[in-house]
Amino acid sequence: MTLTYYLVLAAILFTIGAVGVLVRRNAIVVFMCIELMLNSVNLTLVTFARATGTVDGQIMAFFVMVVAAAEVVVGLAIIMSIYRTRRSASVDDANLLKY
Amino acid sequence: MSETLPADGLLGLSWLLIALPLAGAAVLLLGGRRTDRWGHLLGTATVVAAFVLAVACTFQLAGLEERSAEVELFTFISTGELDVRAGLLYDPLSAVFVLLITGVGSLIHIYSIGYMAHDPARRRFFAYLNLFVAAMLLLVLGNSFVALYVGWEGVGLASYLLIAFWYTRPAAATAAKKAFIMNRVGDVGLALAIFVMFAQLGTTSYAGVFGAVGTLAGGTVTALGLLLLLGACGKSGQFPLQAWLPDAMEGPTPVSALIHAATMVTAGVYLIARCAPIYDETPTARAAVLAVGAVTLLIGAIAGCAYDDIKKVLAYSTVSQIGYMFLAVGLGPAGYVAGLAHLLAHGFFKAGLFLGAGSVMHAMNDSVDMRRFGGLWNKLPITFATFGLGYLALIGFPFLSGYFTKDAIIEAALDRGDVWGWVLGGVAVLGAGLTAFYMTRLMLMTFFGRARWEDGVHPHEAPSVMTAPMIVLAVGSVGAGFLLVSAFPLSGWLEPVFGEPEEAAHVVAPLTVGLVVTAVMALGVLAAWLFVGRREVPVTAPVRVSPVTRAARHALYADAVNESLFMRPGQWLTRALVFVDNRGVDGAVNGLAATLGGSSSRLGRAQTGFVRTYALGMLGGAVLVAGALLAVTAG
Amino acid sequence: MTETLSGAETVVFWVLGPIALAGALGMVFSRNAVHSALWLVNTMLALGVFYVVQEAPFLGAVQIIVYTGAIMILFLFVLMLVGRDSSDSVVETLRGQRIAATVLGVGFAALVGAGIARATRGLTVIGLEGAQGEAGNIPAIAERLFTDYLLAFEVTSALLITAAVGAMVLAHIERAPGARQTQKELSRARFLTSDRPQTLPGPGVFARANSVAVPAILPDGSPSEASLATGIEPQEPDEMPRPTGREQFGTPDAALGTTEGTPSAIPGGREQ
Repeated sequence: MTLTYYLVLAAILFTIGAVGVLVRRNAIVVFMCIELMLNSVNLTLVTFARATGTVDGQIMAFFVMVVAAAEVVVGLAIIMSIYRTRRSASVDDANLLKY
Repeated sequence: MSETLPADGLLGLSWLLIALPLAGAAVLLLGGRRTDRWGHLLGTATVVAAFVLAVACTFQLAGLEERSAEVELFTFISTGELDVRAGLLYDPLSAVFVLLITGVGSLIHIYSIGYMAHDPARRRFFAYLNLFVAAMLLLVLGNSFVALYVGWEGVGLASYLLIAFWYTRPAAATAAKKAFIMNRVGDVGLALAIFVMFAQLGTTSYAGVFGAVGTLAGGTVTALGLLLLLGACGKSGQFPLQAWLPDAMEGPTPVSALIHAATMVTAGVYLIARCAPIYDETPTARAAVLAVGAVTLLIGAIAGCAYDDIKKVLAYSTVSQIGYMFLAVGLGPAGYVAGLAHLLAHGFFKAGLFLGAGSVMHAMNDSVDMRRFGGLWNKLPITFATFGLGYLALIGFPFLSGYFTKDAIIEAALDRGDVWGWVLGGVAVLGAGLTAFYMTRLMLMTFFGRARWEDGVHPHEAPSVMTAPMIVLAVGSVGAGFLLVSAFPLSGWLEPVFGEPEEAAHVVAPLTVGLVVTAVMALGVLAAWLFVGRREVPVTAPVRVSPVTRAARHALYADAVNESLFMRPGQWLTRALVFVDNRGVDGAVNGLAATLGGSSSRLGRAQTGFVRTYALGMLGGAVLVAGALLAVTAG
Repeated sequence: MTETLSGAETVVFWVLGPIALAGALGMVFSRNAVHSALWLVNTMLALGVFYVVQEAPFLGAVQIIVYTGAIMILFLFVLMLVGRDSSDSVVETLRGQRIAATVLGVGFAALVGAGIARATRGLTVIGLEGAQGEAGNIPAIAERLFTDYLLAFEVTSALLITAAVGAMVLAHIERAPGARQTQKELSRARFLTSDRPQTLPGPGVFARANSVAVPAILPDGSPSEASLATGIEPQEPDEMPRPTGREQFGTPDAALGTTEGTPSAIPGGREQ
């Protein structure tokens, strides 16, 4: 077994997250899918940090987590305010910005 | 061109000549209906006052040693290198024209008081007449080509307004437009000539241009001469722009007499005479003037033989007579004086003839069809007498004006001494015969023979306010030629302008010329009597006639030629341009806009508003990028 | 420097890898959002273990505490606020979305997988022993974080503050000043405008039955409509079955209480 396995696992998780973003309509689940994608990227960063022998990759992953936390806070607040006005958490219902 | 002096005395007031009629026009046009009752009197008074002033000025001019005076008025345009000063030049040539314009103008104003008495718009008529007189005086008095051009356009405007005076008649409105547009063609030539002068010489004043014309290249001078000739042709109704003048007879008859016989249409002759220093430098342009004059002379005379409309016959006669004048001024120094003498004499007798025709129409309920006249000589004795004197003067009856002035032209033509001299002389003699024919035909159909009047027509003599000017003009017709040629030679008076008249070596003795011309004239009269006087005149024009007659009736197809040569191609060009504009230019622009609009509205469909669709696009892009990266690294 | 990893790590990978994958798939495919969240927790825990295994114990701890703990709890919290029952319908409304997503996803995975395979062939593991030294993982990270990455760290703090403020602004419901009444105002309004300053009578009070369907009897003996719960058909006590004696106790009719006995007796109570 080599480090490539981790990387392939991360790629598959990332793809699953991306497909989830495309097929799920509940905004919160879509958000979870995005979190999954971020996590898979973190796994990649950690793996490469180990491969290259520096902690910089881990620090990057750390920053990704921080940014993800901020993003989740703001994103969930947006979802709540949308839900409050439209009584729906579906991303398809917020489709007024179009041709 | 002799030296000119600053004017003083009465000559310093010569601007009043223009200002008086202009003020009259302004008062009558702006005063509105308040001036209805006395407007015609004011209009007449301004012109008569101008005439009196002109006579006084001319006497003062005759006393001056230089016989030329310039009046600086104001700076018209002063910008950069262009410095146009408005000024007046009172010299013998201007004086002749000023006297003709104000003199004949006064008579016709007086005549119009009676002629237009029953017209509700008489005030407007006098306003336009005053405007015309003012513009015409500016034309002949201006001391630069720009001033001349202003007057030139002014008389064009007045002519348009007066032809369309009865603008409710479609024929009058159309004729006015035709006159205006054909004049524009000539005006463009004049304007271009002025542009050339400014571009080449930097000045447009007569003194400046004529002083420097010798320094110009030969081609430029020729172009200048031809452009000026184009302008003259437009204004004077000369070939190929002659078609508007007969149609202009739709205007009131005094207008026909003043503008379209005596004064305005002679502006072309004035222009060419004034530009003698230019034509002296360019034999080509001078030959063109000759050709125009000769061709027009014949066209006018031939067309005049066929018309039944009394005013149109006189109009074609005018065209033909101005052709004589062009022929004369085209002959160069030998012909200027002869041409101008004929111009003055023609001003008298043609104005008289038109006024007589107006009197006949007045008597015949405004009919102009000579086939419905006849036998009027004892009903309208004064008209008959004055008209007859004018007629005799026109055909060149011995010792009346036409005899002296026309013979002088023919002599001058023959004096060229070459083949062309014989050709031109022959044309002029032939024209004299044709003139005699059509004028005799007109006399016979109008005054002699059986009365062919329409029902309810009771001819009566015109009031004295109309007959008096006719009598004065008839007297002028009789005496003008003798006065101008023999008793008080015009050549001497015009000497400061055209130089010393040289005693030409006569190729043919003047007496011989006089006899030949008189004989040809008698032949014309005889022919007319044979064709018209001997037989009964049918009230409707015969339909089965020879091709020559048919061509003459259509004025040698001038309108058809104009239509097929200029109007139709112009229309085709316009249509083609419109088509190109609509389909090509607009099509390209609209097509581009439609393509952009259509494609954007179609692309806009991609903006569904669904976030997931956009995300799908992003994933697709990511796949492409990944694939591309892989392909690059693998490759 | 080795290419292959230790056997223990291989075991851990092959145990936790499928669990992480199953968690991801379960998150995407479960219809209930709460289930999705729980599946995601599953995946994240597995990833946290992976971090620890890959010489990043600090990140593993953060992953479990912050991500799995705090963030996923936030998710669940919002899910509860929004409503647990707002599950997706299974019908896909966008035509071709699922097929296209699947095709693209598979294509993407194949391409990235192929790219990784190509790029990392012969990838050696240097390991972090050299970088961390004796002190271990956390001092190594701290050393880099507070030296080379200090500016980014500080900016991150600004980002977090901004995010917190932004979330408050977004979630906050603006009320006009004075729109919320105080206790004092509320009681004053109740006493001044209402005929009934006291609470409503409970059902069955002083009645011969203690059912919620029986109105209370007022002191003058009349039933009180105000005592009835809304949405319940009122029952007349006289129409009710009349159990006698002790039979009524413990019978199916016990809920209706008794209509007998003295007023001093406890209504519906057991006989003394």
